[in-house]
Amino acid sequence: MKKTYKIEVDCANCANKMEDAAKKTTGVKNAVVNFMTLKMSVEFEEGQDPKEVMQKVRANCKKVEDDCEIFI
Amino acid sequence: MNKKQKKMLARIIISAILMVAINFLPVKGIVRFICYLVPYLIIGYDILLKAWKGIKNRQMFDESFLMAIATIGAMALAVYKDGDYTEAIAVMLFYQIGEWFQSYAVGKSRKNISELMDIRPDYANIEQNGKLEQVDPDEVEIGSIIIVQPGEKVPIDGIVIEGNSSLNTSALTGESMPREVSAGEEIISGCINMTGRIKIQTTKEFGESTVSKILDLVENASSRKSKSEDFISKFARVYTPLVCYSALALAILPPLVRIIILGIPAEWGEWIYRALTFLVISCPCALVVSIPLSFFAGIGGASKAGVLVKGSNYLETLSQTKYVVFDKTGTLTQGVFEVNGIHHNQLENEKLVEYAALAESASSHPISKSLQRAYGKELDLSRVAEVQEISGNGVIAKVDGKEVAAGNSKLMKYLGVEYKDCHCVGTIIHIAIDREYSGHIVISDRVKENSKAAIRALKASGVEKTVMLTGDAKAIAEQVASSLGIDKVYSELLPAGKVSKVEELLKEKPAKAKLAFVGDGINDAPVLSRADIGIAMGAMGSDAAIEAADVVLMDDDPMKIAKAIRISRKCLRIVYENIWFAIGIKVLCLALGALGIANMWLAVFADVGVMVLAVLNAIRALFVKKL
Repeated sequence: MKKTYKIEVDCANCANKMEDAAKKTTGVKNAVVNFMTLKMSVEFEEGQDPKEVMQKVRANCKKVEDDCEIFI
Repeated sequence: MNKKQKKMLARIIISAILMVAINFLPVKGIVRFICYLVPYLIIGYDILLKAWKGIKNRQMFDESFLMAIATIGAMALAVYKDGDYTEAIAVMLFYQIGEWFQSYAVGKSRKNISELMDIRPDYANIEQNGKLEQVDPDEVEIGSIIIVQPGEKVPIDGIVIEGNSSLNTSALTGESMPREVSAGEEIISGCINMTGRIKIQTTKEFGESTVSKILDLVENASSRKSKSEDFISKFARVYTPLVCYSALALAILPPLVRIIILGIPAEWGEWIYRALTFLVISCPCALVVSIPLSFFAGIGGASKAGVLVKGSNYLETLSQTKYVVFDKTGTLTQGVFEVNGIHHNQLENEKLVEYAALAESASSHPISKSLQRAYGKELDLSRVAEVQEISGNGVIAKVDGKEVAAGNSKLMKYLGVEYKDCHCVGTIIHIAIDREYSGHIVISDRVKENSKAAIRALKASGVEKTVMLTGDAKAIAEQVASSLGIDKVYSELLPAGKVSKVEELLKEKPAKAKLAFVGDGINDAPVLSRADIGIAMGAMGSDAAIEAADVVLMDDDPMKIAKAIRISRKCLRIVYENIWFAIGIKVLCLALGALGIANMWLAVFADVGVMVLAVLNAIRALFVKKL
């Protein structure tokens, strides 16, 4: 399953870091952050609840870049 | 400017004023330090906080960390020597100005480009109890009647059932010529209705309509990352820690060498200063922001010109295109068979076409369709009797009591009628009336007006080889190819044959040159996906093309292929300019910093100045009109 979320982040490098952090989250198969359109599209592994996984993704992203937000 | 940016601007101005003002205060020693601490904290508190959080989360090597270390270091040096505090504040100040500008410029171009692609209709008008009501286009069911007033966007694909108007399709095609529609014609969403009120019966849901598909495509376009973008993110990942360790080495090793080996004073202060300068220069933001911004602007500029590129990787491939392979029908030719000549006729042209059309009226073959179109009037089928189809050869029928035979040369031989061959290329229909030769009609596909110019433009923009693939007969294919100036033709190919020909060409070409296949997307989806890059033409209303291709030309104009290549070249040129410029200046300044020639002011320029210039350069990719 694939879902797209709106995000807020100020610098392009931070967006790259968020992408890395999201990819490493358990339950996420793949993630792409688009800095220009401020969107994160996340592909979930099968049988995962997107809502729960996204909470973890947000926590991980906050760790690498404090100043970011994901609108779940 | 949003709230965050306004707040930042205020902080920048206040601390700049304070920094200058404190210069004139008659304070000394610790009081002076505290005075300078105020503007420093005003401008830099968030950076310090972020750096601290980074350390706590073990994400040390980011920009905030670099800036915090550099400025705290500079402050400490200033306390130690009771020297110049302004340097640390200025560094922080310029860094924040740079960040502010970056956020402003990116926000602005983000807005500009989104506006450019703003074809999303907000509502659909539905007539209820004689009154117009605006509803969400998502809620309109297939087969509903919607009304589009002059000045409004067509929200959903459908068929016009009432009214005439001209449509502005420039948002979709980049073409400024208005398109006329009247009752009974198909209409696609995303156009702007200019003159008359029209009623439309919808044939698709909003989500399936052209406008939604295009928006979806454009919005997801820059998610596919190009090699240059990947390179930059990998580069940034290695680069920041590398610079940090080098700075550490620069601060410690030379003084140690001086004391232990050379036996001269260490000058710790000097080397620490150089290391701090090093850190300031090192921020990778110029690169990291300007490369995706260039691609984004390039894709935006291209869609303004009616060329949709599905991702920055495709823009990159497109710029390296050296081989262009065309499908013939529908791409270089109009794909509509037309009566192009009538020769050796005994009757008037109209009369001959009339007889032929009537004789062929029972057939559903494209040839009979084009005869009917050439005749232009309603066929009176009661005039036709005793239709006899001779498979593969033609028909014989009684029209107005006369025996009319229409077909190829075999039919004429079969009837024993002497016929005249034609020097034209195309499908020839000989006609015999009451076993007497009455002339022949040439039906052929017509080459598009711009095809020849398009091939020339491709050559001019650096394409080395043009190839045409077609299922058509050899004679027709070769005539079209030579009239257009195409290098190589492969004719009489089945769809599978087209794939294997493209594969052969892929093997034959040098690895760096890319191969583009251009088709109309209707039956060449496998070839489109097999080529390095698939370009579909005339996507207005054809879903297959939008799905299968990597680059979609919104209208049928083959000139747009060369334009798309030129747009991609410009965009990639800007990307490389930025990579070389940013890395070049940084390396130069790093070298100067290590040698002690660069001071912190130069370091700030290397960081912020380069970023500003790179962003401005990136925005140039948006301007594609004159290409």
